[in-house]
Amino acid sequence: MHIPDGYLSPASCAVMYAAATPFWYRASRKVKRVLTARMVPLIALFAAFSFVIMMFNIPLPGGTTGHAVGSTLVAIILGPWAAVIAISVALAIQALFFGDGGVLAFGANCFNMAVVMPFVGYYIYHWISGRSELTSLRRPIGAAVAGYVALTIAALFTAVELGLQPYLFRAADGTPLYAPYGLSVAIPAMMGPHLLVASVVEALVTGSIISYLQRVNQPLLMLTTELPAEARERAVASPRARILWVGLAILILLAPLGLLAPGTAWGEWGGEELRELGLGFIPEGLERLGGIWPAPIPDYEVPGLNANLGYILSAVVGIVLVSLVTWLVSRIVVRQSTKI
Amino acid sequence: MRARRGFIERSIADITATLEKAIFSEELARKEGLLQNLDPRMKVITFLALLLAVSLSQGLLIIVALYFLTLLLAWRSRIPLGFFIKRVWLFMPFFTGMVALPALFNIFTPGEPIVTLWQTERFHLAITIQGLRTATFLVLRVGVSVSLALLSVLTTPWATLLKALHILRLPQVFILILGMAYRYAFLLLHTANSMFLARQSRTVGQMPGGENRRWIAASASTLLAKSYHLSQEVYLAMLSRGFRGEAQMLDTFRLKPSDWLWGATLLALALLAVLM
Repeated sequence: MHIPDGYLSPASCAVMYAAATPFWYRASRKVKRVLTARMVPLIALFAAFSFVIMMFNIPLPGGTTGHAVGSTLVAIILGPWAAVIAISVALAIQALFFGDGGVLAFGANCFNMAVVMPFVGYYIYHWISGRSELTSLRRPIGAAVAGYVALTIAALFTAVELGLQPYLFRAADGTPLYAPYGLSVAIPAMMGPHLLVASVVEALVTGSIISYLQRVNQPLLMLTTELPAEARERAVASPRARILWVGLAILILLAPLGLLAPGTAWGEWGGEELRELGLGFIPEGLERLGGIWPAPIPDYEVPGLNANLGYILSAVVGIVLVSLVTWLVSRIVVRQSTKI
Repeated sequence: MRARRGFIERSIADITATLEKAIFSEELARKEGLLQNLDPRMKVITFLALLLAVSLSQGLLIIVALYFLTLLLAWRSRIPLGFFIKRVWLFMPFFTGMVALPALFNIFTPGEPIVTLWQTERFHLAITIQGLRTATFLVLRVGVSVSLALLSVLTTPWATLLKALHILRLPQVFILILGMAYRYAFLLLHTANSMFLARQSRTVGQMPGGENRRWIAASASTLLAKSYHLSQEVYLAMLSRGFRGEAQMLDTFRLKPSDWLWGATLLALALLAVLM
């Protein structure tokens, strides 16, 4: 799960740093607004705790052992934003002092384990446990499911980051320069062991610790509710926004419908297609400029992957990029307008 | 029945190895050597540049050359070379080596075959030039990057390294948290180790798996509760010493002419490696 340096190209590392930075920025702003002084030792100790918990060997049914990451647990107890900082710090100690995970790849590792994992875990936990009693069985079950799904999704992100490398970075003779396997190999190779072992460990650890705390130390489960309302992030901004996200998810799943339609979108022809359409001549400028911008995912097809999956993946990548840019722009605009 | 190292022994071994590593690297960092004397800020910048060069370079020989540069620096910094080489390469075959191995073959990396291993009409298994190159790239890049990161940590006491991170424009609060987390990680590691030892010394024979899982959940939760409790006490201690949520760092670094010289040399070498 910890990507060492050498697997990702420097360009990908830069992209992942850029992806993680808004979360770090927002997390530090949020933490600063809420009880700065008290949060400093709290986050430091939880970072130390998650560093130590990663070293626990968990006995699995069948006699093997595995390690847990613990991001979901920290997110449930401290809330997702504080978890972003705590887990990033734990990963920084691992990368800097113990060579576990690369320095250039630190952004990618943080994005997978300190951003994706706590947020996915936190929201799933709250979605399942809802407003149930502190002692309700829904909480440990929610925690276990959250741990399982969060680690699996984090592993998926890791697999996609690694799997994109050979499409983007090759030497002139076709030699892949970084991680050599495409998505069709990287995704099953990462997902198999995670679905079967690693995510099971995460589920076991997260669920059983929450269950133990229910019996022994309930105040720890109420930590996020003690903090001022600002620190608590509501599930998704509002019910209306939630409908929008669900709609977006359905649209993503429907994206392969585009494969059924013949031809190209009206007006988006390239030079080749214009010729096929029976146009007598190709405008010289179009011919000249046609190849100036090679798309990162041409025709929305990811080589080596089933066309439908490739379509869905293209949709997800696109939507993540667009949402990120929109969010950043809106943040900047909102901040400037509040200054005035 | 075969004797198997249980999860308790493994956890103790992992934790002890971590503690040992940390103590050993602090010892090396206090020796007198080339990199120990280099200004830590200059070291952070030059080592980042070298790491980038290893990642950006498209020539295998250039990466090998950068590794020899790393070895030279380690030698001049009085790091035991046998230890330095073993620490990086001993386990390489089991991790990145395993990952890189399948890439050798034409199934995963199509290209010009150099060694044909199996040839029938329908099936063809061969090692390709491209496969060999991509596997070597991966193993070398990972090995040299880990060596560089290791060398910078082995020659810098962590408190100094943390201060030097400030020049990367990391927020002070983040560095403060990083420093505290590192310090308390050792306390918690010791606590966890004692918990495992105490359990081990009271265990006779084999415990059922479910019992073990219940125990580990209980001890992890106890550790969690301890961390929380400790954070409250640390907060009160900080508060009583006048902490107001702002981090101030004493910065006493002075750049010597030799720092500029070494920094410029290493940066030039990194740049050369990328351009070649």
